[in-house]
Amino acid sequence: MTTVTDVLEVPARRVGVLRRPKATTGFWSWFTTVDHKKIAIMYATTALAFFVIGGVEALLLRVQLYGANGTLLTASQYNELFTMHGTTMVFLMGMPLAVAFGNYLIPLMIGARDVAFPRLNAFGYWGFLMGGIFLYSSFLLGGSAPNGGWFGYTPLTSTGLDRGFLPGHGPDFWVVGLVMLGIASTTGAINFIVTIINMRAPGMTLMRMPVFVWMMFVVAFLTLFAMPIVTAALIMVYFDRNFATNFFVAANGGEPLLYQHLFWLFGHPEVYILILPGMGIVSEILPVFSRKPLFGYAVVVFSGIAIGFMGWGVWVHHMFATGLGPVAISAFALSTMIIAVPTGVKIFNWLATTWRGALRLTTPMLFALGFIAMFTLGGLSGVLHSIVPADTQQTDTYFVVAHFHYVLFGGLVFGLFGGFYYWFPKLYARKLDERLGKLNFWTIMIGFNLTFFPMHFVGLLGMPRRTYRYDSGLGWEGMNQIETIGSFVIAFSVLIFFVNVFYSKTRGEAVGPDPWDGRTLEWTIPSPPPEYNFEEIPEVESIDDFWHRKYTEDEQGRLVRLPSGGAVAVEERTGDGHGDGHGEGHGEGHGIHMPSPSYFPLVVAIGLPIMGYAAVFQMWWLAAVGALPVLYGSYAWAIEPQTEPET
Amino acid sequence: MTEVEAEVAVTPPHDIQHTAHAPHDPHATATGVTNTKLAIWMFLASDCLFFGAFISAYLLYRGRPGGEGPTAAEIYNIPFTSVTSFILLMSSLTMVLALAAIMRGDYRRLRIWLLATALFGSVFIGGQVFEFTEFYREGLTLSSNLSGSTFFVLTGFHGAHVTIGIIWLLSLWGLATQGKLSVGDSEKVEIAGLYWHFVDVVWIVIFTMVYLIPQ
Repeated sequence: MTTVTDVLEVPARRVGVLRRPKATTGFWSWFTTVDHKKIAIMYATTALAFFVIGGVEALLLRVQLYGANGTLLTASQYNELFTMHGTTMVFLMGMPLAVAFGNYLIPLMIGARDVAFPRLNAFGYWGFLMGGIFLYSSFLLGGSAPNGGWFGYTPLTSTGLDRGFLPGHGPDFWVVGLVMLGIASTTGAINFIVTIINMRAPGMTLMRMPVFVWMMFVVAFLTLFAMPIVTAALIMVYFDRNFATNFFVAANGGEPLLYQHLFWLFGHPEVYILILPGMGIVSEILPVFSRKPLFGYAVVVFSGIAIGFMGWGVWVHHMFATGLGPVAISAFALSTMIIAVPTGVKIFNWLATTWRGALRLTTPMLFALGFIAMFTLGGLSGVLHSIVPADTQQTDTYFVVAHFHYVLFGGLVFGLFGGFYYWFPKLYARKLDERLGKLNFWTIMIGFNLTFFPMHFVGLLGMPRRTYRYDSGLGWEGMNQIETIGSFVIAFSVLIFFVNVFYSKTRGEAVGPDPWDGRTLEWTIPSPPPEYNFEEIPEVESIDDFWHRKYTEDEQGRLVRLPSGGAVAVEERTGDGHGDGHGEGHGEGHGIHMPSPSYFPLVVAIGLPIMGYAAVFQMWWLAAVGALPVLYGSYAWAIEPQTEPET
Repeated sequence: MTEVEAEVAVTPPHDIQHTAHAPHDPHATATGVTNTKLAIWMFLASDCLFFGAFISAYLLYRGRPGGEGPTAAEIYNIPFTSVTSFILLMSSLTMVLALAAIMRGDYRRLRIWLLATALFGSVFIGGQVFEFTEFYREGLTLSSNLSGSTFFVLTGFHGAHVTIGIIWLLSLWGLATQGKLSVGDSEKVEIAGLYWHFVDVVWIVIFTMVYLIPQ
């Protein structure tokens, strides 16, 4: 087998002061790993940590609003907390958690041994971690955390510190931090796109790919094209704040609305960046636990693509109250109605998938069904916003908060939880405990609806968003109390989830490589997967290829297990059915040359926050300091071969 | 259908047959385009939107009153910028010549053309520095008015892109002088070239939209 080694003929050597790391196990290996599965676990762990932090922020907000005239938080603390709650949940929880699933599963689902750019993949993670730490360091260093909302409207955020509306360096941290996270997620998106286009196993045509891979493909393109737009907008804000440019200075002819256009031109695709992975996960779970193929695979895929395209043409529905004139508003009202069509198509496809299926109501399935119900509610309150008079009434009220939490919590988070329960056995060869899982599901379902359903009503009663307190006698108190209680039920449920993870990781029910009778390629390999994923690159013949290797249909259309089907082959190939995670013991896996670990993604990423602080505090010597690791890391990265020759 | 046609129809072309055996060759990809080349195309596509946002801002604000001092359009030195733009465009030609040289294995010309490309790029950047200084002297600054803000940020970020390209080219030139670029590495030159051509194309758009189209 020709490997990279033969071609490059580069002798193993040191690059600068750092010797090429070799270890693929142990504590330090996590800092140098380029294995997409380990990187996925790092993404998930970090994103879950931010999920907890963002959740605690939300609880503080809810406690403040429990009764009229709450006194727990001051107005500026409240501003910081709701800004960081939104920013965290979108950029530090939702996106990276979806990337975690994509990282782990895309190569496994398309039959690849790794992603196209393993080191770039590691850099994406480190950049995300550094961006997150950078944003949160503003609490200590900035005088104020970001406090202008997760959308950071101008001129509130763009007015300079000396003339500023917002105290402290919060908006600077926010702007620079998001640019950093944007760089990280753009590299991730490029990596996913190239991986999906180029690394598919033979026979894995585009229309045979699992729907999850398709949705991540669409998400990667959305990220690729949305991030540079918001980056440009953030740079304009940064220049307005720090170099007194006039982009959003109305007195000098600038137009604050330009920022809203740019932000929502990113922001609406961002909504689909967040929800499509959830849709993909649900599209994997429903067929398995219905024991039926996904109803209308091609339609689901094309609906996802349609959402991806149409998502660029609806942004103004975030701005109906800004007075853009009847023509623009009518056009965007129409496009907002139309984008509900492919979404509705998907919902009916999911329902039809379960129709007359042999349903197994396991925890992942419960979350998937919960997703359909809750996401539909979110979709219904969303399409209401295409009715402009209603939208104008609802703008900046809790009705909107209710709507997007139904989409992002009832949608994305339910999907992600379902995904955790579904794929956990692939990572640890053990199932998450089903009893705790069902408790997790029902408490989160109840808590979620207690928290967010009343928000529809208080919103319609006129309670504004982002208000840090409200007077008594407006009829809002009872429902706000219910909401706060509900938020603690959610917190309890999330706690159950973590208990379940820690318990089941070591003591959960031990299972083989294919515990759910799965349909896609990741279930054909041992759990946990060996570093090289596939001993032999599979050849794919159809959608749900693994299923068709296990089952056929008799003349009445009933399922018949093939006597020599794929499952049997799996048992044989994986020995004890658990795998040992290394592969050497089986005499297989030799000669598979995996990309070598590397320090340099981390080295480059370390430079980013240093340059970030330089930008926030305008200490240009510090920018030079930060540029050093970036330059050194980039050169060393470019010079070292992706795969070190075997010696 | 004649017999010959039938045979053509059932026999897949060679490249398709090759793709079918892709997994045995770790370099082969599902599309035949290498990962790196696909990645740079994706990055450039993304970068289009970045420049698109700044160009939109410039066009939106063009000719708006407000602030003080001259607007960029009032003080453009079109002949001067035309010359530096022409030099930048010519650097795309030398870039192509560099790629052609490495593909032929003509390393001497590779070094010459890489250096020439970097040099032309540097002349352009020098021109930009001169232009910016002149404009500042005449009262157009980042903060003087909208025209200054949009002009300097847009062209400044383009200049930063060119500068990164120059560093990239000089790095390749450094490798070439040490004899570390061979025919097998021609894709490295090609990818730097794709980036370089992109930066040139963006400049064509900026020069047309920002400098040439009258208010």
